[in-house]
Amino acid sequence: MLALQILVDGFAISALYGLGAVGFTLMFGVCGVLNLAHGGIMVIAALVGWWVAANYGVGPYGGALVGLLAGLAASFITYYAVIRPVQRSRAIPPVEEEIFILTSTLLWGIMLQVGLDYAFTDNPVTMQPLLPGVVRIAGIRVPQNEVLIAVLCWAVIGLLSLLVNRTRIGKQILAASINPRALTLLGFELSHVYLVVWTIYGVLAGLAGVLLASFLGASADNAGALTASAFTIVILGGLGSVPGSLIAAYIVGYAETLTAYLIAPTLRPIPALIILVIVIYIRPQGLLGRR
Amino acid sequence: MPKILRSPLPLVLLALVIIGGVAPIWLDAYYLGIFTVAYYFGVFAMSWDLLFGFAGEVNFGPTFLIGLGAYGAGLLNNAGWPLPLCIVGGAVIAVIGGVALAVPALRLRGPYFGLVTLVAVLLLLDFIVIFAAQTGGEIGMMVPDVLSVSTAVNYWYAFGFLVIAGAILFGLSRSALGLILQATGQDRVEAQALGFNVTKHKVAAFAISALFSGVAGAMLTFYQGTASVDQMVDLSIAVQIIIAVVFGGRRTILGGVLGSIFLVLFDELLRPIGQLNTFVVSGVALLVILFWPDGVLGYVLRPREER
Repeated sequence: MLALQILVDGFAISALYGLGAVGFTLMFGVCGVLNLAHGGIMVIAALVGWWVAANYGVGPYGGALVGLLAGLAASFITYYAVIRPVQRSRAIPPVEEEIFILTSTLLWGIMLQVGLDYAFTDNPVTMQPLLPGVVRIAGIRVPQNEVLIAVLCWAVIGLLSLLVNRTRIGKQILAASINPRALTLLGFELSHVYLVVWTIYGVLAGLAGVLLASFLGASADNAGALTASAFTIVILGGLGSVPGSLIAAYIVGYAETLTAYLIAPTLRPIPALIILVIVIYIRPQGLLGRR
Repeated sequence: MPKILRSPLPLVLLALVIIGGVAPIWLDAYYLGIFTVAYYFGVFAMSWDLLFGFAGEVNFGPTFLIGLGAYGAGLLNNAGWPLPLCIVGGAVIAVIGGVALAVPALRLRGPYFGLVTLVAVLLLLDFIVIFAAQTGGEIGMMVPDVLSVSTAVNYWYAFGFLVIAGAILFGLSRSALGLILQATGQDRVEAQALGFNVTKHKVAAFAISALFSGVAGAMLTFYQGTASVDQMVDLSIAVQIIIAVVFGGRRTILGGVLGSIFLVLFDELLRPIGQLNTFVVSGVALLVILFWPDGVLGYVLRPREER
């Protein structure tokens, strides 16, 4: 009974983690950007979605849509106001660009977190479930919302895989992650590809934020922890590898759920960190990493 | 060396040391307290710059080292050790912890090293909360002894330590070790090909960084009478250290002190706007990073050096 509960809850949580991490890893794989403001963008989507749904009577779906758009907008702002200036700066040597992107997105993430804290307070909010009611799966009660979230996450991940593997722009994205210079030489505009990736990233992070708000609840204080968990998952799975991230999301999701149910909810974040440290020491490129 | 003698830098520094040293005579006690904290922060920043600016390693876990020093010293003090021994003990614990972290972690490159250090902080935070019975958890751990009850004496302790740490770290950065670190930071393979043991030097840099961070953490604990997660271990502290260094000018060691004083004073000035001050400070730091990536001191010094 308990085992089944863990299995079901862990599945939904892991699917949500996977969705959050896929955008993050795609961003690194294609643009070489580790966005430490990731959690901030997710929380913007969550809080704006909750606020609109609670105050403007547009229902949970309307709120979710507005939240998603807020995530997308935050992603564009991050790109134009933070990433592009660093990438184009003449004063920053190319060797140090990575460090500068890490530092500036970290600062930007803190600005988002503090700004949201100021605007919405740090009380955790929970969005109205998208689907009310419960279903019984093999004898245990599961909220329908949880089922919807798991299905939605996998549907979006599936769509993303179709987009990347089957469409023209998807193939450009893939090419940009393998050899950006060759893509440019073939006459494609690299900044156009990057913009598409930031759009995809914004939608994924926004959706993950909104779903998080309706599932576990979210607050401005979560931003750091969300970034850390996405980072953990992505490193565990191998930077830039989407399937690796999904596997890692399930490892982290189940490790957390098991700890929360069997040992103590307060110890929840610890096993993932320990697994991460072990993996980094034994196999620094992660489970399915390329380098 | 003649280059340094020709520049006004040593005179400026000497003047600053004298002004700083006699500050208790003319400065308000309230501001002395603020500067005391800023000086410890300055040591954190300088230790971090040795790793980041010179060895090219982003250590997201300076607070891991500071926390080890602070909590190590605090626990020893609570166990009845006298204060000076506690500071030594805290420093030893920080160095051991730092080397234990660095030796395996330095096999990793770029973001992976940063991540491991980040995880080290998160784990330390979790452990402090889990062992709340001994460490006081999120509230902080009281220590029985304090450095001094006099504001001026506390100020001089902090200032003296800042000057000593600054002199040693600045000297190191201009020594062979500093040059080798800088070389490995810029081109690891080539530095190795020239016959330098890259890992050994980086571990040494990490140990030195840990030593000063640990002593500063321990002294800050005995200045405030508590070791607290919010002021010594939390990731936001790490971020402030990073901001201080980048703002003051990375690869200058002394820029970190400038950045720390700016940060602490600015924070104080912005106190009326409450919560939003972190927002403004981060915003200013972000602008500095985007438009003057060499920082204030880098901006002042660099053009002259390159001429």
